[in-house]
Amino acid sequence: MSLRTTARRPSRRWVPLLSLLVLLAAACTPEHYPQTALLPLSDFARIGDDIQDKTLYWATGVFLLVEGALLYAVFRFRGRPDDPEPRQVHGNTTIEIIWTVIPALILAAIAVPTVRGIFQTNAIPKGDVLRIDVVGHQWWWEFRYPDLNLTTANELHVPVGQTVSLHMGTADVVHSFWPPRFAGKRDVFPNRETRLWFKAEQAGEYPGQCAEFCGIQHGRMAFRVRAQTPEEFQGWVSHMQTLGAKPAGAAAAPAAPAAPAADSVRTATAGGTVAGAPQDSAYAAGEKLFMTKGCVGCHSLVAVNAPKGMVGPNLANVGARTYIAAGTLKNTDENLAHWIMDPQGIKKGVLMPNLGVTAEEARSLVAYLRAHQ
Amino acid sequence: MATTALDQQRAHAKAHAEPTGLWSWITTVDHKRIGILYGATAFTFFLLGGIEALLIRIQLGAPNNTFLAPDTYNELFTMHGTTMIFLAIMPLSAMFFNYLIPLQIGARDVAFPRLNAFSYWVFLLGGLFLNVSWLFGAAPNQGWFGYANLTSRQYSPGLNVDFWMLGLQILGVASLAAAVNFFTTVLNLRAPGMKLMRMPIFTWMSFITQVLLLLAFPVITVALILLMFDRFFGTSFFVPSGGGDPLLWQHFFWIFGHPEVYILILPAFGIVSEILPVFARKPLFGYAAMVFSGIFIAFLGFGVWAHHMFATGMGPIADTYFSLVTMLIASPTGVKIFNWLGTIWGGSIQYKTPVYFALGFVAMFIIGGLSGVMHASPPADMQQTDTYFIVAHFHYVMFGGSIFGLTAGAYYWWPKMFGRVLDERLGRWHFWLMLIGFNLTFFPMHILGLNGMPRRVYTYPEGLGFEQLNLLETVGAFILAFSFAIFLINIWKTSRGPRNAPADPWNAATLEWAIPSPPQPWNFAEIPSVHARDPLWEAKRERGGPLPEPQRVSGEGIHMPNPSYWPLVSALGLTAMMAGLMLIHHLGPWGIIAGGAVLLFGIFNWAFEPAG
Repeated sequence: MSLRTTARRPSRRWVPLLSLLVLLAAACTPEHYPQTALLPLSDFARIGDDIQDKTLYWATGVFLLVEGALLYAVFRFRGRPDDPEPRQVHGNTTIEIIWTVIPALILAAIAVPTVRGIFQTNAIPKGDVLRIDVVGHQWWWEFRYPDLNLTTANELHVPVGQTVSLHMGTADVVHSFWPPRFAGKRDVFPNRETRLWFKAEQAGEYPGQCAEFCGIQHGRMAFRVRAQTPEEFQGWVSHMQTLGAKPAGAAAAPAAPAAPAADSVRTATAGGTVAGAPQDSAYAAGEKLFMTKGCVGCHSLVAVNAPKGMVGPNLANVGARTYIAAGTLKNTDENLAHWIMDPQGIKKGVLMPNLGVTAEEARSLVAYLRAHQ
Repeated sequence: MATTALDQQRAHAKAHAEPTGLWSWITTVDHKRIGILYGATAFTFFLLGGIEALLIRIQLGAPNNTFLAPDTYNELFTMHGTTMIFLAIMPLSAMFFNYLIPLQIGARDVAFPRLNAFSYWVFLLGGLFLNVSWLFGAAPNQGWFGYANLTSRQYSPGLNVDFWMLGLQILGVASLAAAVNFFTTVLNLRAPGMKLMRMPIFTWMSFITQVLLLLAFPVITVALILLMFDRFFGTSFFVPSGGGDPLLWQHFFWIFGHPEVYILILPAFGIVSEILPVFARKPLFGYAAMVFSGIFIAFLGFGVWAHHMFATGMGPIADTYFSLVTMLIASPTGVKIFNWLGTIWGGSIQYKTPVYFALGFVAMFIIGGLSGVMHASPPADMQQTDTYFIVAHFHYVMFGGSIFGLTAGAYYWWPKMFGRVLDERLGRWHFWLMLIGFNLTFFPMHILGLNGMPRRVYTYPEGLGFEQLNLLETVGAFILAFSFAIFLINIWKTSRGPRNAPADPWNAATLEWAIPSPPQPWNFAEIPSVHARDPLWEAKRERGGPLPEPQRVSGEGIHMPNPSYWPLVSALGLTAMMAGLMLIHHLGPWGIIAGGAVLLFGIFNWAFEPAG
C-alpha cells in the first residue's frame, strides 16, 4: 500500500483498536459476568463484599501513592555516568518509623471490619431458617431438603427472603461449594460438616460451581441457584412432593398408541405439563430401557424419600432443569440424547459409562426423562 | 586496558589451573561451576514450565476448547506449578546462592563442597524423575498442593501421584542438604572483619532462606512420608474411611507451603537490594531495617499458613488469628518496598538492564503485595480464594517478584560468571516485552477471578463472560514467552563476543567484584579482610578512584578440594531407591535394596576419599 493513498486513512486505522478497547472495557464491568462475586444478592455475600470494597479502596490509594512515588523517582533521579556521586544517605529513623506506622494504621482500619465480618459470617442463623443439605459428588451436586423430605441435584432452589442454612459434606473427595452471587466458598469434607447460610434478595437463576480441585472433571461441576419468590418456591415444593415412588401396580406405563418416536419426543417437549402424561410408546420404551440399561443403578427418579448414596444425580425433575451433566450441556433433547449415548466423549472420566445406547434407544430415554419435570 | 595482555594472562592461568571437558563438570565440586549447572538446569526446566503454561493458555484462550483433554490439562497445570516452584525458581535461587555466597563473604568455596555437588545431582535427578512421568503417561495430576483425599489410592489409582510424591521427596533431600551447607558456610566461612551486620544484603536474605528451608522442608517430608504410607502400605493418615483426616494434609502442606513462598521470594529481595544501590550509586537505605524486616517476614511466615484455608470453615477464632497475623506481614514487606524507594530517592540512577528489571520487580511486587492484603480478610477471601484472582496475585509475587528479581540478577552477575556483559539493547527489549506480556497475561486475571472464574478448570462454558479477557491473556502469554526468546538470543549473541568484561563493570560495592571475571577456581588468591559494609566502595573511596584490574594468578600453593564423582553415584543411588519404592508392588524390596546399596557404596567411598 502506498503512503500517498493512505493520507486520510490513519483516523480509520484506530477503529478496530477502539472497538477492541470498548469490548475490553465492557469485559471489565461485573454486569458482563453472570457468575460475578462483585454483585452480591444476599446478606452473607454483602458482608464480604463490603470488606472487599474497603480493602480495595485502601489498596488503590496505596497503589497510586507508592507507584507514583516510584515513577517520580525513576524519572527525577535519572543520572548520567559523569554525574557527581549523590549524597550517601544510609537511612532516616524518623521516616522509617513513619512508614512503618502508617501502613499499620491502614491495616488496623481493615482489620476491624474484618474481625466483625468473620464473626458475622460464622454465626449460626436463627429463626425462620430453611435447612438444605449439600452433598458434593464427583462431579455433581446433591441438594436435600430434610424438612421437606425432598432431594434434587445440580439446581439449588431457594426462596427469596428466607434464610437458608446449608449443611454440607461430600460423598467422595473434598469439593468447594461456591454460589458467588449469594456467598463465598465453603469446602466440603467427607468427615466433617461445614456450614454456609444466606438470605437471597432477588429471584432469578444464577450460576455457581465447584471451586476446589476434585479430579479430572473439576472443570465441569457447576450448578444453578434458582432463587424463587416464596409463592413460586412453595409451588415448586408442592410439585416436587408429588414426585414420590409410584404406588405398586401403576409402575408400568399403560400401552400407548404406536407413534413415531421423534414425534412423541416433540410432543413431550412441547406440552408444558408433561409429568406422567405422555403414555406413548417412546415413553414406555424409555422407561424399560432405564431399568434394563442399568441407569436405575445410579440414578433415582423420586424426589420424595429419595435413597441416599446414589452415584449419579437424582433425576426426579431432570426434564425441567436448565442444564444437564452439572452445567456441561444445555438441557435440550438433542444434547440429552447425545449425553446418554456418549457421556465419556462429552465429559471424559465421568462416572457414567458409555452403555452402548443406540440413537433410537436414546430418543426413547429422552422421552422418558423429559417427562420427569 | 590491554585486552590482549589480559587474554594472555588468562590463557596462562587456565593452563595452570582450570580443568575443562565434560568429566570436569561431572566431578566438579567448585561452587561456581555447580552454580552454573544449577542455573542451566533450572533455566531449562523454567522453559519447560513455560511451554506447559503456553499449552494451558492455548486451551483457555476460547470457551469449551478441546485443544487439551481434561486429564492432560490437569497434568499440565500440576506440572507447571511443581516445575516452576521446585525445578525453576528454587534452583535458580540456588544458582545465586552457589555462585555468590562464597564470593560475597570472601570464601574459597562452600563449607561442604562435595555435599554441594550431591545437592545438585539430586536436584537434577529429582527433576528428571518428575518429568519422566510424561513418558509413562502418568504425569502428576492432583495439583502441586496435592490435597487429600483426592491423592488416596481410591481416587488416584495411577502412578501420577506416586511420581509427584517421590519426586518431591528426592528434591527435598537436595534442598535440605544445600540448606545445611549454606547455613554453615555463612556462619563459618566469612572473611575476617565481615560481621553479620556487614554481610551483603543478598547473603543475608539467602541466609534467612536457608533457615526457612531447614525448618519448612522437614514438614513436607513428613507429610509426604505419611502420604506414602497411605498409598503404599494401607495406612489412613488422610483417608477418612479409616479414621484419617484430609484437612490434616492441608495444615501440613501449608505449614510448609507458606514459608515456601518466602523461600521463593527472599532471594529476589536480596538481589534487588544489591542492584538498586549500585545503580543509584547510593548505599541501601535502612540496611538494618532491611535485614530485620526479612527476619520478621520469615518468622511470621510460619504463623500464617491457614490463610490458605479460610474456605475450610475453621471457625471464627482461627480465622481471626490467621487473618491478623497475615495482615501483620504486610508491615515488614511495606518497609522493604519503602526502603527500596528510599534507596533510589536522591540517587543518580544509571539505567542499565539490571536496574530496569529491579525497578520492574518493585513495581510489580507492590501489586502482588496489595492483592495479598485483600485476601488476608476471610469474608472477602471466601470469594477470592480458588479463583483467578489468586492466580493473578501469586503470579505478581512469583513472576513479577521472583522472576523479575532473578532476571535482574542474571543480567547483573552475568559478567562476573561468564566474563561477558549481556547486550544492553536486547536486554531492554527483553525487559519491555516481559513487562508488557506479563501484565497482559496476569492483570486481567484479577478481573476474571473477582467475576467468578475459578482456578484449575480445564475449560469454561460460553456465556459466563470469560471469553475476551482469557483470549487477551493468551496473547499476553505469547508476548511473555517471546521476551524470553530474546533473552536466549542475547545469551547466544553474547557468548560469541569477546570475553572482555572487567572485574567491576558496574562500579559495585561487594567483594565478588574485586576479583577477575570470571573468578579463578580459588576465588580469592588472598582472603580479603573487611572493614565496612560496602567493602569495595570503601576501597575505591580510600584510593580516590577505580581499583586496578585484578591480576590472574597461578594459584600455586592454594589448597582446593579434589574433584569427585561419588556425590553423583550417591545421588543416583538415592534416586534408584525412590524408583524402587515406587515399584515396590512389582519388584518387592529389591529395587529399594539395590538403590540403597549404591547410595551406601557412594557415601562410603565419598567418606574415605581424600578431600584434597
